[in-house]
Order: sequence, then structure tokens, then C-alpha cells
Amino acid sequence: MFTEEELQKVEEIRSHYPTNLAAVMGVLHMYQDKAGIVDEKGIAYVAKLIDVPEEKVLGVATFYEMYHQHPTGKYKLQVCTNVSCMLCNSDMVLKTIKDKIGIGIGEMTDDGLFSVHEVECLGSCGTAPVLSLNKQYHENLTPEKINELIDTMKAKG
Amino acid sequence: MIDYQPVILPNIPDLHRIDVYEQHGGYAQIRKALGMKPTDVIDIVKASGLRGRGGAAFPTGLKWSFMPQQGEKPNYLCVNGDESEPGSFKDRQIFEFNPHLMIEGILIAGYALRIKAAYIYIRGEYETWVQMVEKAVADAYAKGYAGEKMKETFGTDYSLDIYVHRGAGAYICGEESSLMNSIEGKRPYPRVKPPFPAQSGLWDCPTTINNVETIANVPVIFEKGADWFKSIGAEKHPGPILYGISGHVNKPGVYELPTGMLLTELIYDVAGGVPGGKKIKMVIPGGSSMPPLRGDALDGIRMDADSLKEAGSAIGTAGIMVMDEDTDLTRILTRITHFYKVESCGQCTPCREGTGWMLKVLNRMLAGEGESKDLDLLHSVAKNIEGNTVCALGDAAAWPVKFAIERFRDEFEAELKR
Ligand SMILES: Cc1cc2nc3c(=O)[nH]c(=O)nc-3n(C[C@H](O)[C@H](O)[C@H](O)COP(=O)(O)O)c2cc1C
Ligand code: SF4
Ligand code: FES
Repeated sequence: MFTEEELQKVEEIRSHYPTNLAAVMGVLHMYQDKAGIVDEKGIAYVAKLIDVPEEKVLGVATFYEMYHQHPTGKYKLQVCTNVSCMLCNSDMVLKTIKDKIGIGIGEMTDDGLFSVHEVECLGSCGTAPVLSLNKQYHENLTPEKINELIDTMKAKG
Repeated sequence: MIDYQPVILPNIPDLHRIDVYEQHGGYAQIRKALGMKPTDVIDIVKASGLRGRGGAAFPTGLKWSFMPQQGEKPNYLCVNGDESEPGSFKDRQIFEFNPHLMIEGILIAGYALRIKAAYIYIRGEYETWVQMVEKAVADAYAKGYAGEKMKETFGTDYSLDIYVHRGAGAYICGEESSLMNSIEGKRPYPRVKPPFPAQSGLWDCPTTINNVETIANVPVIFEKGADWFKSIGAEKHPGPILYGISGHVNKPGVYELPTGMLLTELIYDVAGGVPGGKKIKMVIPGGSSMPPLRGDALDGIRMDADSLKEAGSAIGTAGIMVMDEDTDLTRILTRITHFYKVESCGQCTPCREGTGWMLKVLNRMLAGEGESKDLDLLHSVAKNIEGNTVCALGDAAAWPVKFAIERFRDEFEAELKR
């Protein structure tokens, strides 16, 4: 699964901690970024790689929001609907997305290109409303900005 | 307007670059500290009056004095950049605009507390900022300000390592004992206290946890002096502070100013007031866990720990959320409760069940099927959570509901009749 270079990165992460187990989050992030999912196969792979029991990796992988056990779109639109964003019209963000690609929270387009997720405060309340697209923040959203963003992703495919 | 020159986020272009930071006196304060006894360094921080900026406003020097100066085990420092409290977006500014100030603060704290390794814990969603901090840390290493090379650079026998640890989307990891379990690679359930982290923290070793902004204040104290620091802002809770102002204001953002500013001055003068000149219905002064305040009773309330306590709230992260007169409070309270329900780790029954129950009642109210007695029910569920849980997330879930109902009963009653 991981390339030689990635395996080196794994070793670097491991060197930050006195135990094998502590490397689990960093290595799970690498797996998630590469495979787009942390499924059973991923959990087994990571466990073996850092030499810890699978159930420990499973316990960590299932706790956190950012490790996905189920498939998501290639482009994950994670829309903050917490208080400051709600006050700055996160409803508009969800509606614009729905009008544009026909999907709402928890749904994925048929081509697997986009999925929409409701997320908690992204720490960007001063530039609300906000969404994160594959870990990239898009702030002070307007319908124009959202439509443009989706068009760009569609063009990329 | 107040005359104040920012020191945490000064207006210096490219200050995030290590060469620019050095040109502006960067990494001189760690040299100064290394010439002192570690306990004297702690005494200066004590004398400054610095209190934690992560939520509880605990005196930093006092916290540091709990750490053993000698011992068999290594000491650790965790720098808390989980920043997931709704309404908080300030530590991110330090990551972006002045990461070396935080790193220099880590070095000073590290020396004072005999720290072997420091972990900067950054929420995983902040990938962009994680990379900025990783770059800054790598630059500090390359220049010999961290790691083994420190010994040569500064001519001492002290050195420490600094690592960045990515979170992965869990609010609870900002709670200090959960954060330590998260770093250890365990399921991040908060730990029962005692033992306290200074006795038994990361890998059962003595550990101090400080917020990013707290740590960033440390070099400033050494540069300007403890007396200067103490003279800024509120007497018992002094220093510069990063206010995050969001919601219904014309100029939302992070503003560095002295502690103890009037809430009204911050909202109207600093953040430009409310769009459309509307009245304010509610203000949450320190992140969504803090008791909400009535918009018609803001006069005289200052943004420091004591003034806010007297007003029936708390400083928290100094993340101020402003809601205008047209805000649907039932909807806001439902959203807040949804957050705590989703983020509860589920370890304690009152928190796990109570948040679910409150959410059910609130959803019923939102659907127009609520009754006046639902408000009493909510209040009593909140009171049963408060004080009965392993960590403070329980209180954080209970307070907004309990105080919103006590303070805005009239509003909720009116919304019930829609
Ligand atoms: C549920 C919960 C979440 C928290 N989140 C954070 C956070 O994101 N950042 C932070 O610095 N402190 C957070 N805290 C407070 C920490 O537990 C701890 O008090 C703080 O990091 C100590 O640093 P300070 O003394 O410098 O303020 C949280 C506490 C609780 C109960
Ligand atoms: S109070 Fe809630 S979040 Fe904290 S330990 Fe208990 S169940 Fe977990
Ligand atoms: S509420 Fe949306 S970023 Fe904070």
C-alpha cells in the first residue's frame, strides 16, 4: 500500500513517540488521505505496520470524525452549521449546494464525485459561513463562490 | 478607542518567517531565560499574573510550579491547539501569523519545567495551519533552536524536542486528559482526576498542558517584563488577549486587546456594531459552553474572569458570539445541544443520556410541538448533568440550556406559541 517514501514518513512519525501505539493517529491520517477510507483492510494494514493489536486501531479509527469507515465522495463538502455559521446563513450554503448538485447532508452524487457532510465548528467563525473541501477551507461563502467552487471541481473530475 | 499596540499578533509583514522573527528580536528571550534558574523563570511567570487562555483562566505560573523539578521520569508539555469550542478561532491566528512566538514560548516553558518533549496538538481540520506550524518547527530545528543542536546554539546542556500531533475531529480531545490519551494513541476518553497531569500525565509522566495563546504570551512577559504585563488590562486577569468576535456584527474577527474590555465596546466600537442597527438579543461571551448573557443587560460587563463571573458567565476562550433581536433562540439552543450530544464521549451516563434527552425535547419544541413545561424539563435535565460527570463537557452541555432558560424564559415562551 504505502510507497518507500511513505514508509519513511511512517518511521518519522514513530520516532516522535516512546510507544508504537502513539503513532496510530498519524498513520491512520496517511491511510485515510491515500485510500479515502479507513475500512477493515486499512485497520489491519495500519495495525501490522506499527505493530499494535487491530482492536486498538479499530477503537481509535471509529472514535474520530475524520477517519471514514464508509465511502465518501471524491470531493467532500463539509459544511459548518454551528452557531456562528448558522447566524451567517449556513442554510444558504446547504441550499446552494442542493440546488447545484442535488444532494443534501449525508448524501453522495451518483458519480461518486461529491458528498455533503454537516460538521461542527471549524474554528473559522469570524469568516462564516464556511465549508471545508478535502481539508481546504473556503470562507465568507456566497452562492457565487460555492457555484464556482463546484464547477471547478467538476471540471477537474 | 483604546490605545494599544498588539504584541501577540503585531502588524509586521511576514513575521511567520523565522528570519523576520529573528530580525524583530525573536529567540532572544529564550537566551535570557536560559541564563536564569528554572524556578526563577516560573517566578517571573507567576509575577506577571498570566492566566490560561484555554478556557479555565487558571494561573499559569502556579500550574507550572506543580511540576517536579527533579525526578526519574521525563517531563512533558502539551500545547493545546485543538481549538474546537464553537465560537473560538484565535489560536489559528498564532499558527498563521506568529508561530515562532509560540515556539519560543515552548522553549522557555520547556526549560523552566525540565521538559523533554513538547507536543503541539492541532485539530486535524486545520491541515493548512498544521503545515504552517510544521514548517515553523522545522525552521527552528534547522536554525538550532530546538533539538540537540540547541545545546550548541545557546551554550547550555538543556535541549528539548518539539513535535506536531494532528487531531482527527473530536471536540473532547481539547479536554486535557482526553488530549493526552489521544496523543498516546488510545481511545481519547477523559481520565478521572486525581491524579493530576503534573503528577501523572502523558505515559504516566509529569505533564503540563497549556493553550497555544497562553504559551505565546510567555516570551512577551520576558521581553516586556512581568510588571508591564501586569499593568495591561484587568488587575486580576491581566495581559493581552485575543478576542474572537463572530455572529451578528459588522466586522467579525480576532482582535488583540487588553483583558477587561467592556463587552459593549468590543461589540460596537471594535467589531462595528450589529448589521442594520438591530438590537442584541443574546451574547455568548467565551465559546458556546459559557452561560449566555442577555443583550439588554450588557452594560458594564467586562471581558475578564472576575467581571464575567459576577455577571453570571465566564471568559472561556473569549470567543464572543453576538445574536441580534431576530434570532430564533430555540434553534440556537437546539444546535448547541446537538453539538454536545454528538461530541459527548459517552463515558458517563448523565452526559450521554442527558444530552440526548435535551436534544429530543428541543427538537420537539423546534417542530412546534413544545409546551411550557418542556422548559422546566430541560432545566431539570441540565441540572442533573451539571457537576455529575468525569469531565467538564457535562457542564458545558448543561450551562447553555440551564442559563438560557433562566435568562430567556420570556423569549422561549413566545417562541413556543409560534
Ligand atoms: C470539552 C473541553 C474542551 C476543551 N477544549 C480546549 C481547546 O480546544 N483548547 C484549549 O486550550 N483548552 C481546551 N479545554 C481546556 C483544557 O482542558 C485545559 O484546561 C487547557 O488547555 C489548559 O491550558 P491553559 O491553562 O493554558 O488555559 C477544553 C476543556 C474541555 C472540558
Ligand atoms: S462528561 Fe461527557 S464527555 Fe466528559 S467524560 Fe463524561 S461522557 Fe465523556
Ligand atoms: S461556527 Fe462555523 S466555523 Fe465556527
